[in-house]
Amino acid sequence: MAINPLVHWRQSLLAITLVLFASLAQATIEAMEFRDEGLRERYQHLAFILRCPKCQNQNIIDSDAPIAADLRKQVHRLLHEGYPDDQIIDFMVARYGNFVLYEPPVNSLTYLLWYGPAVLVVIGAIVVILLLRGRKNSTGKQESDISEADRERLNNLLKDKRN
Amino acid sequence: MKRRLILFIPLIVALVLGLFLWQGLKLDPRELPSALIGKPFPEFTLSTVQDKNAQMTQDALKGQVSLVNVWATWCVSCRQEHPELVRIAKETGIPVFGLNYKDTRPEAIRWLDEYLDPYQFSLFDADGRVGLDLGVYGAPETYILDKDGIIRYRFVGVIDRNIWLNELLPEVNKWR
Repeated sequence: MAINPLVHWRQSLLAITLVLFASLAQATIEAMEFRDEGLRERYQHLAFILRCPKCQNQNIIDSDAPIAADLRKQVHRLLHEGYPDDQIIDFMVARYGNFVLYEPPVNSLTYLLWYGPAVLVVIGAIVVILLLRGRKNSTGKQESDISEADRERLNNLLKDKRN
Repeated sequence: MKRRLILFIPLIVALVLGLFLWQGLKLDPRELPSALIGKPFPEFTLSTVQDKNAQMTQDALKGQVSLVNVWATWCVSCRQEHPELVRIAKETGIPVFGLNYKDTRPEAIRWLDEYLDPYQFSLFDADGRVGLDLGVYGAPETYILDKDGIIRYRFVGVIDRNIWLNELLPEVNKWR
C-alpha cells in the first residue's frame, strides 16, 4: 500500500506538536493553594529571591529541578504554619548556606563583592583627576616659560607663514 | 617621577583583578559548601528500608566515626558508586549508614538484594524531609560523622577508589 507522503508528513508534524505541548504543560502546572492573597504574594516573593541549590542560575520559582519543587513546597508549608519571611529565609540558609540567597548578605566575606566596584570607580576617578591636573600644570608651565621676545618672534613666524 | 608611578596604578589594579578572576576560573560554581559542617546531624525519627516499624533517631548514628550515604534507586550515579561503598564497608569496617532519599520501599529492597547491602541500615526518607534538613540537593551525597554524630565533611557526587583514598579516608582518619 502506498502511503500519501503529504498525509504522512502532516501526521508527524501533529505528533511533534503534541509532544512539545505535553512537556510544556508538565513543566508549568503546579497546583498550590493559598489561604489568602497575602500568603500567595509572600510565597511568590520568597520563591523569587531563593536560589535553586542544584542550578546556579535559577531561582526556585523558575527551576524544574526536583529540589526546587521541594523547596517551594517547604516555603508553602512554612508560610501556612505562620512563620515570618525572615525565619523562612533563615531556615533555608541554615540548610543550604548563603548559596540559597540570590543577593548575598553583607559580611566580612563579601565586603569585596559589595564595595569592590565602588572602590575601583573611586581609584579610577582619582587617577583621572591626577592625570588631568598634571596635564594642566605642565601646559601652564610651558606658557609661562616663553619670554616676551620669544613670543614676538613666534608671532612673526606664524604671520610670515600665513602670508 | 612621582607622576609616572601614578600612571601605573590602573595597570596594577587590572593585574590584581585579573589574578583574582583567573583564580576564580578554577573554582567550581556548582560546589555548594554544606551549611552543617561542625553541626550535629539533624534530628529525625525514621523507619528503615528493611523494617517499616523501626523507629530510628539521630542517636543511632553515634558511637564511632561513620559515613552517611544518601542514595535512591532512581539515582543513576548511585548505582555507579555502589560497588565502592560495598568495598569500603567490607574492607575498612567503617560503619556506613544509608539515607534512602525520596524512594519507594519495594524498589529500595530490591536494589539492596540485587547489588549487596553495604549499609548498617538505610533510613527510609520517602518525602525527603530529612534530606532537606541535611541540605541535600542531589544524590549521591556522603557525609562523614564523628563519634558524637557531628557532621565533619560532605562529599557530593560519586565516590570512586581515587576519591576514597585521597579525599575521604584522610578525613575519616582525622576524626578517628
